[in-house]
Amino acid sequence: MSDAATQSEISAEIDALAGRGGAQPKLDYPPYRSSLLRHPTKDPQHADPETIERAVPVFGHRDVDPLEADLTIQHRGEPIGERIVVTGRVTDAAGKPVREQLVEVWQANASGRYIHKRDQHPAPIDPNFTGVGRCLTDQDGWYRFTTIKPGPYPWRNHTNAWRPAHIHFSLFGNQFTERLITQMYFPGDPLFGLDPIFCSITDQRARERLIARYDHELTVPEWSTGYRWDIVLGGREQTLTEAE
Amino acid sequence: MTTPGQTVGPFFGYALPYAGGEQLVDRSHPDAIRLHGTVLDGAGDPVPDALLEIWQADGAGRVSREPGSLHRDGYTFTGWGRAASDRTGTYSFTTVRPGATEPGHAPFIALTVLARGLLDRLFTRVYLPGQDFAADPLLSALPRERAETLCAATDPEGLRFDVVLQGERETVFLNHD
Repeated sequence: MSDAATQSEISAEIDALAGRGGAQPKLDYPPYRSSLLRHPTKDPQHADPETIERAVPVFGHRDVDPLEADLTIQHRGEPIGERIVVTGRVTDAAGKPVREQLVEVWQANASGRYIHKRDQHPAPIDPNFTGVGRCLTDQDGWYRFTTIKPGPYPWRNHTNAWRPAHIHFSLFGNQFTERLITQMYFPGDPLFGLDPIFCSITDQRARERLIARYDHELTVPEWSTGYRWDIVLGGREQTLTEAE
Repeated sequence: MTTPGQTVGPFFGYALPYAGGEQLVDRSHPDAIRLHGTVLDGAGDPVPDALLEIWQADGAGRVSREPGSLHRDGYTFTGWGRAASDRTGTYSFTTVRPGATEPGHAPFIALTVLARGLLDRLFTRVYLPGQDFAADPLLSALPRERAETLCAATDPEGLRFDVVLQGERETVFLNHD
């Protein structure tokens, strides 16, 4: 394993694997070095979901305070950066809204720094921004967060590796089997093609589903810009174009 | 148009784990057991940055419809819990043995595995020790040594279940689609 791979070496690996996976990330994806020893090598076993797996944990107002959906009001002062609204609808593959279900987000601050003790990036911590939020979807599956646009940040996958700006999302669906952890990206990021985590979804159209859309209708005058990102859970029966 | 997954990454530690996440029941509950083990990578090394979530029926096989997993009241069984692995790769839940939700099938705890380096979540099942493999549709569909990766072992505190992400003793991971 070469910790010192260059971006052009990683990019060549990404290119060689383009289209070799499906609409979900390819778990065995060597350009993302941390995956080398952490991806299963055996095919997943099909199992018909049993009662417990067709059900889903219940979260309610006891679990989540509505104020947790605003990441800009968790401290005494205003965080630095571009204030944004991120909103969208969570549905299952049949188009049914995921109602009153938990959505969790976490992210870096505007300068690309996480409030995490292992984040060594020498960018400033913002004392007014933690970068963690939660909400419950409404009766029609809508979630909505107010936050700060996160910055891109360096990581040590290879020399000069940078992650495109993203917000981590954790979602529950209408069934346990629809559980999803993913990342939402911003339109037009120049780092997309260089990033092995984004490119691990080798189907380009599928990975573009992780990119939010700027929506001027969501932009609040004199207050924040707005992004729309809808999420579809479950229904992964992929028409695999896998050449393996 | 399903939304693809992405890795949970390295920095979930301040966001997803929460106080009480691993305690589905209080340790003083008469039926409390510990479910614990180590998450291991393909080199046999512990994975210190994994996140595990369990979802299970109660001892009678009932599926809870109660909220409150994030702010436990100490009395309500919600059936769901979350625990991060520590720097030795170990995780631990306090829970109860689940009952079967399907007559005749072996009871299990549904387990979701997330980690840095793992590009998508994995599903598996933790079966209780001593099951009749032949009677269960999943356990009987697998070669014996593969089915055994899904079975917890009894230990003095309850149940031990290691998650092996890769290699010879790789845990069986499930596809429900």
